[in-house]
Amino acid sequence: MVTDIWQLLENVHDPEIPVLSVVDLGVIRGVVQTDDGVEVKITPTYSGCPAMNTIAQDIRQCLENAGFAPVKVNMVLSPAWTTDWLSERGKQKLLEYGIAPPVEPLASSKALFGAEPQVSCPQCQSTHTTMLSLFGSTACKALYRCEDCLEPFDYFKCLR
Amino acid sequence: MFDTKTYSSEVNQALCDYLLRLADSSLILGHRLSEWCGHGPILEQDIAMSNLALDLIGQARNWYQLAAQQAGLGQTEDDLAYLRDAPQYRNVLLVEQPNGDFGQTVMRQFLFDAYHYYLLQKLGQSADENIAAIAQKSLKEVTYHLKWSSEWVIRLGDGTEESQRRIQTALNNLWEFTGELSKPDQTDEILHAAGLVPDLRKIQADWQNRVLSVLTEATLQIPTRTWMQKGGKEGIHTEHLGYILAEMQFLQRAYPDCEW
Repeated sequence: MVTDIWQLLENVHDPEIPVLSVVDLGVIRGVVQTDDGVEVKITPTYSGCPAMNTIAQDIRQCLENAGFAPVKVNMVLSPAWTTDWLSERGKQKLLEYGIAPPVEPLASSKALFGAEPQVSCPQCQSTHTTMLSLFGSTACKALYRCEDCLEPFDYFKCLR
Repeated sequence: MFDTKTYSSEVNQALCDYLLRLADSSLILGHRLSEWCGHGPILEQDIAMSNLALDLIGQARNWYQLAAQQAGLGQTEDDLAYLRDAPQYRNVLLVEQPNGDFGQTVMRQFLFDAYHYYLLQKLGQSADENIAAIAQKSLKEVTYHLKWSSEWVIRLGDGTEESQRRIQTALNNLWEFTGELSKPDQTDEILHAAGLVPDLRKIQADWQNRVLSVLTEATLQIPTRTWMQKGGKEGIHTEHLGYILAEMQFLQRAYPDCEW
């Protein structure tokens, strides 16, 4: 039954990046079914992520529509979410959607600021890209531009 | 949301006060940054400051929720944010200072981020699991904040004559508010003895190294003045906080218990 619930959660999507399910995003920390109902534990990607309330509501609605009741959605903070929780399938979906998936930062001589990632353009795969801003359209993204095809694009930044 | 631990009444009282300091500093700085929304010098930095604000307000919510639960008085995060007056606020004075120009906002952010970063790093090892969890989560975000503000301090400091003049002025004006960041008081001592929070003097050393290294790269003059303001952590604020609260709390004061 718990596996059925996980299956259902594949249909709940991140409202800000609708191509990702909450399972792909890696924010589901546990599903417990008891005689008293279902408890789903979720964790925020960023502390101030405004999508979390909607996600909690969507999870409740999805499971209640499938006949589970009552459904409780609880927030847990530890262990903190990192981009390692994104599934491989999720990263592939991001790329197809036009968002560069997180990449491991490379060691850099700019030690003061830590390592810089080498981000590939999701349109033409060129690695000749420039960061325009560390902060983008949502908390989890940075803004980049490809210097070859000249397209600006979102980069899902690596969180460690 | 949290399974809180039980402490002696002395420790618990100090802890609730300390949690409010963390929450209030993040909320007030988040509010200040949100004032830039729609007014940033360029679109990318307007968005960046809104992102910083969002992270800080999210972190503040976590600290308020923990503070409310730890106090056990049946209060909510909203009661703490919207229904306390200025003398009950415990934020450091630095974060309530006005935005000024972009240089002043960047410098205020940098001086706070460098402190926030090292503080959260140490709080992540707290013997209290809830403090450690919130700190570890927040640190990942604040790492980006510090990177952003350090880069801008260097860009403006080592930039044009005009940008350097502005950010040097900001540094001179804000320097006197950095003293209380790492000056321990009784609350800090009680909680440090209980293993819940770090020794602020250790943070002072890390803060200073980081700040001096960035300011030097930015070709800025470190102020020589040593007299420092204090009071924010005890609720004695500059005149600016009242105006922030007047705006931020207006709705709850005009329409008590309003929800949406």
